[in-house]
Amino acid sequence: MDRDDRFQLEAYRAYTRKKRLALLAAAAATVVIALYAAGVGSIHLSLGEILGTLFGGGDQQSRAVLLGIRLPRVASGILVGGILAASGAVMQCVLQNPLASASTLGVSQGAAFGAAVGIVALAGGSVNSASASSAVTITSPFLVTLCAFIGGSISTVVVIAISCLRRDIGPAGLVLAGVALSSLFSGGSTLLQYFADETKIGAIVFWTFGSLSGTTWREIAILLGVFLASMLFFLANRWNYNALESGSDTAASLGVATRRVMLSSMLVCSLATAVAVSFVGIISFVGLIAPHIMRRFVGGDHRYLIPSSAVLGGLLLILADTFARTVVSPVVLPIGAITSFLGAPMFLILLFQGGRSHGTR
Amino acid sequence: MVHVENISYVYPCGRKEVLREVGFSVEEGECIAVLGNNGAGKSTLLKCIDRICRAQSGSVTVDGADVFRMGGRELARRIAYVPQRIAPAAMSVFDAVLLGRKPYIRWDTTEQDRRVVEDILRQLGLESYALRSMAELSGGEAQKVALARALAQEPRLLLLDEPTSSLDPRNQHEVLRLVRHIARSRRICVVVILHDLNLAVRYCDRFLFLQGSRVYACGGPEVMTPETIQAVYGMRVQIIRHGGVPIVVPLPAETEEGAV
Repeated sequence: MDRDDRFQLEAYRAYTRKKRLALLAAAAATVVIALYAAGVGSIHLSLGEILGTLFGGGDQQSRAVLLGIRLPRVASGILVGGILAASGAVMQCVLQNPLASASTLGVSQGAAFGAAVGIVALAGGSVNSASASSAVTITSPFLVTLCAFIGGSISTVVVIAISCLRRDIGPAGLVLAGVALSSLFSGGSTLLQYFADETKIGAIVFWTFGSLSGTTWREIAILLGVFLASMLFFLANRWNYNALESGSDTAASLGVATRRVMLSSMLVCSLATAVAVSFVGIISFVGLIAPHIMRRFVGGDHRYLIPSSAVLGGLLLILADTFARTVVSPVVLPIGAITSFLGAPMFLILLFQGGRSHGTR
Repeated sequence: MVHVENISYVYPCGRKEVLREVGFSVEEGECIAVLGNNGAGKSTLLKCIDRICRAQSGSVTVDGADVFRMGGRELARRIAYVPQRIAPAAMSVFDAVLLGRKPYIRWDTTEQDRRVVEDILRQLGLESYALRSMAELSGGEAQKVALARALAQEPRLLLLDEPTSSLDPRNQHEVLRLVRHIARSRRICVVVILHDLNLAVRYCDRFLFLQGSRVYACGGPEVMTPETIQAVYGMRVQIIRHGGVPIVVPLPAETEEGAV
């Protein structure tokens, strides 16, 4: 009997080892894609040049290209993708909705509205005819980023305030409140565009396209701080999320303060997403699709689902960015459009394939 | 030992009192069946005892400790609850049962937690399912896993809301036999909601009849009478004995008799 016992626990250990391997494989793939993304472009850098430059060598041009342009782009992609995907996994759990994502509570539309206010009302965007790469640019990125963050946060605060005022509103009601707010902010953005001149309309559209090109090392430091803080919060709650997967009554009987976990998680997800979106614009689908892909490999156990979704989110975003800037080079396609364009078919493939991770919620 | 005293509950948006001054007690190793019509407040009573619903008045004590004043972790170590409907979480059976160790987990599980889960899986005959996904289980299997998860909490009081509702007759008897065995061998108190009076008579020590939000009767086999059943369920029954085991036999309604 003792031998059987050991075998049973060994089998479980092997089962969890597979999940850790999936996480490690995603991390390794991210490193490979990141190195590829750092090397590919109008000026090609070999692996040797990349590693040499990273360790203090390299010529002036490779340092300028790698440290000034490509690495910030890759780093912001990994961090923004990580924030969106980890938040998506958590939102799908706490809202008990497989279609939930980091922006379900109207964060993206709120941020877009905030950016539009910054560009139109506070003159944060204009035509930059001197720039060869983009005719339209954001002239006051800090102002627009701040406005976008405020817009995204307002949406979150309103939904959570509704939840506090009407305690009988469940997850489905909160999703609907998010949809209503998204619609409200979309309407606001459309009205602002209606009254704006062509220059500002161009700047608004440019912002909503999403781009990893504008992020500086200072912004990356902020993104890193937000990423680490939110991941710490999510991982500290991973057992609570697993309990919530079994139903709110079961979770409550396991000692989970279900309402507090739900509201605090929504707040952290939305604020982290608001920070990410305010820096890089609207990035669709990554927060929705990354957790669904990883569920196929690691199941619904949030001990593995949250970190592996974060890693895959980063991988998907740098992959989409690399595709966007190389497929019709030297034209850089909008990354938000690429994530939607590639994400939607991938999502449909996942749905049609079915499988054990679907229809189980 | 568990004492439930004068529990009253009104839903936040409702006016009707779902429970009115409900009280009873359960001894160590005893299994008590909660019986009554649909809407009598049986499930709400269990949720109030486990503080999933906050009772407006009354008290619950487990081994002398006030349930309404203890922290969530402490509560989950004393009381385990198995709901009527089991959500098919996308995780393995082993992980689902491991969740029962949550009140004991600080940052991560220990070897001791995994050993407890393994023992319970073996006790319930679920070893071969351990690495299967919860989503692949039948309703009856999921019910057993939920029971295993509750036992992993190592509770003093086990609350079961219709644990046999999705089981075939053979599994109904198997699960209730197991529950009674666990109650006696581990000396824990069990409160179980049942609709099948024969299962209640066979596997429970005492019976709590709820009617109109109140306790209609509470006691041992002496309260399981045709009169009580008619008053609570509005149906005529006869209680016969077969091999020493009492069996509740529904009698045809008077209109049916007339028709025949």
